[in-house]
Amino acid sequence: MAKSIKIRAKEKGGVTTVKALMTHPMETGGRKDKKTGKTIPAHFIQEVVCKHKGNTVMMAEWSGGVSKNPYISFKFSGAAKGDDLELSWTDNTGKSDSMTSKIK
Amino acid sequence: MSNEMKRRIFLKRSLAAGSVGVAAATGLLAPQQVLAAWNKAAFEAKELSGALDALLGSSDVSESADIKVKAPDIAENGAVVPITVDASIDGVESIAIIASNNPVPLVANFVMGPGATGFVSTRIKMGKTGDVVGIVKAGGKLYSAKKEVKVTIGGCGG
Repeated sequence: MAKSIKIRAKEKGGVTTVKALMTHPMETGGRKDKKTGKTIPAHFIQEVVCKHKGNTVMMAEWSGGVSKNPYISFKFSGAAKGDDLELSWTDNTGKSDSMTSKIK
Repeated sequence: MSNEMKRRIFLKRSLAAGSVGVAAATGLLAPQQVLAAWNKAAFEAKELSGALDALLGSSDVSESADIKVKAPDIAENGAVVPITVDASIDGVESIAIIASNNPVPLVANFVMGPGATGFVSTRIKMGKTGDVVGIVKAGGKLYSAKKEVKVTIGGCGG
């Protein structure tokens, strides 16, 4: 699970653009297995938190409506090149992962 | 689960909600702490207005030309629909993305920190053709913009 997140953060003109990809099945709980006809249990990321120097710059709450292997992008100001940016997620089964990356 | 357990959980939750409400009212807590727990009611609501009430405390939304929802006109694959919401409004607190015809309309809610701009981009699933609505909360008010996306193959069923 250690490498379920990829982050790219770039600072330009005071604004940092963050792009992140997570590896996750994002099952809604409404889908059925075509072979067995059984419902596939819900398994999706509920919460994504992105922190810069201990401050939360973005926090997302998701339903199962976000695509498999989710991608997010957002912008914030106040960071400099070389700063650490931490992104973490928690899913509905209680699993979580986090990743720290330097802003370029 | 026994009734006793349920009662305890219920008490715990209602107590927690109560104290958070008080703290928010007195301005003691930062917004992200108030919303720390995943909003089950909002994300399981089947109706849009119910979801908005549970998530943002209001379903009173006015349309705004300052918000742009970027999405494809036609999505060939409903499982992956790229959506970008770009709001040129000051003081954006949160951005919610809604696919109005999905079984669960509320797809995502992004709570923006103090330095964040009103921009968010992600990929969502869409069950069938419908409007993608971006709801932006700024200065305690709700603004929205929408775009219709035609879906040729749905991404929610199976």
